[in-house]
Amino acid sequence: MNTAMLFGLCASMLIGLGLYGLLTHPHPLRKILALNVIGSGIFLLFGAVALRGAAAGMNADPVPQALLITGIVVAFSASALAVALLLRLFEVTGDVSLANDDPATHKDTSKDRPHD
Amino acid sequence: MTESPASLLLVLAVLLPFTGVIIGLLLGGRHVRTVALTTVALGLAVIIGIVWHALDTSTAMEYVLGGWSPPLGIRLRADGLSVLMLLAVAVVISLVSVYAHADFAPHDSGKETRAPPVFWLMLLAIWGSLNLVFVSGDLFTLYVALELLTFAGVPLVALDGRGETLRAALRYLLFALLGSLLYLLGAVLLYGAYGTLDIQLLAQMVRPEALSWAALALMTVGLLAKTALFPLHIWLPPAHAGAPAAASALLSALVVKGSWFLVLRLWLDVMPNVVTLSAAQLLAALGAVAIIVGNIVALGQVRLKLLIAYSTVAQIGYLFLMFPLVFGLAFAGLDSTQAVAGGMLQTISHALAKAAMFLAAGLIYLTLGHDRISDLRGVAQALPMTVTAFALAGASLIGLPPSGGFLAKWLLLSAALESGQWWWGAVMLLGGLLTSVYVFIIVVRSLAPAEAGWMPKTCVPQYQQMAVLALALSAFLLGLAALSPVDLVQLGRTPLSLLRGTP
Repeated sequence: MNTAMLFGLCASMLIGLGLYGLLTHPHPLRKILALNVIGSGIFLLFGAVALRGAAAGMNADPVPQALLITGIVVAFSASALAVALLLRLFEVTGDVSLANDDPATHKDTSKDRPHD
Repeated sequence: MTESPASLLLVLAVLLPFTGVIIGLLLGGRHVRTVALTTVALGLAVIIGIVWHALDTSTAMEYVLGGWSPPLGIRLRADGLSVLMLLAVAVVISLVSVYAHADFAPHDSGKETRAPPVFWLMLLAIWGSLNLVFVSGDLFTLYVALELLTFAGVPLVALDGRGETLRAALRYLLFALLGSLLYLLGAVLLYGAYGTLDIQLLAQMVRPEALSWAALALMTVGLLAKTALFPLHIWLPPAHAGAPAAASALLSALVVKGSWFLVLRLWLDVMPNVVTLSAAQLLAALGAVAIIVGNIVALGQVRLKLLIAYSTVAQIGYLFLMFPLVFGLAFAGLDSTQAVAGGMLQTISHALAKAAMFLAAGLIYLTLGHDRISDLRGVAQALPMTVTAFALAGASLIGLPPSGGFLAKWLLLSAALESGQWWWGAVMLLGGLLTSVYVFIIVVRSLAPAEAGWMPKTCVPQYQQMAVLALALSAFLLGLAALSPVDLVQLGRTPLSLLRGTP
């Protein structure tokens, strides 16, 4: 097994773990973390692709690395936005559940909620 | 396909809105609205320039950034589909800005001053990222554009800062992030196999093999989550119905179209020879369920804005009916341009009509102080123009002639019959029937006379009503595009049947 292969397998495991976490954990913070795990898996896979596509005399294909950096910046901003929203949600409602608005189980914070 | 100075307009179409965002952010507070409106006016001029140039030269516009040609460089390209979408989005953005002029004025009291600047900045950001989606020539730039679109859409959902809208925004963001990660994973797989992400280069290289199918499936599912196609639509109604009217109009009319457009690009332009007819049928089957379920759930809604949001779920379904029609015709060796034109018209007329409907609902809310459908009496007395606009927009959603919706459904229906897939035509007709029920209910209820002595809660400025009417009228009269002598849709594009070679 060569290095690129090993990285590729690790990447698939990360993506699978993240997907599992995203689907099974109800807490939004865990969902955000799970998305980050998936993201890391994809970036690692991109690294493996770069390693495999190396031209003669080069360590790796530089194009995926350039794209990777952009991808990491985008993923970072996404996580920051999600966490900010989550904090704000906790501030306003005192609750971070994503469950459907059911007046019976959640605090009613607005007056003109649909009654359906 | 020549690079002329006019191609710089493509760069401007993307850069101008983002420059507006930065200037607005720097000047801050009270000046944001002025900056935004100026940018919208300039941007509209740029888009008109692009359309003018496209009509004039009848070729696709192309701009290679920094003179670095693909695969290393980045290419911006506007073919017929892009030009049409650029124009439609520019029209909706301009009219929504006119409408929002009063709703998002800078406050004098100093309280609650956050919403107006955020609205204007996000309006510009949505515009810039949509334009980038339409003109991008490579899959990674498209990924960045999609993410920008999400980041601009999420704050609009939570603009009023109430708990339930924050929850809707967070749920939307999680769906959208998973969607873009799946898209990115597909893009990485494609790069690993073919060594490029440029759409035109990829289209020549891509082969129908397991890896391409996996990449196409991953990217499509990711984009469906962002477009809110059934069964991934659950985030849409609370997100779109909870936002202020002008923001709902942007989200429902425009933001979901960005990821839909990308599905179209992938299937028609990047991997037409990877797509199989059964995959296209599956996509349309999801669309058909969306039409039926969305319309039926819409009928049961108590509040007008939620009804319109569920109607969006249904209308998104129509956008995916075009895929088996296009590929059915192409596989049979027939001309598929009518089906593509039908799908494009459907998305544009829905953008115009849905923006008009949400804005009309906003005015109705202001006038009545609520938007319960059971109690719309007196609305037609207070807002005759708005109710007319609502009816015209509804007529376009139903598909009554001469609306854009009519022409779109006509083209799609004839494509369905021509390719021997009558069942998609039946779904379209049933959907139109269901839509007409709720449009009629709302129009009839709002025509009922108000109680004696009833006064509107707020007096709505005339120009807001005019903006809504202008949107609805453009949707209603879009069907006259059939009379237009130029075929903008196919501009700079190769007919699909030719790409495949043999049927």
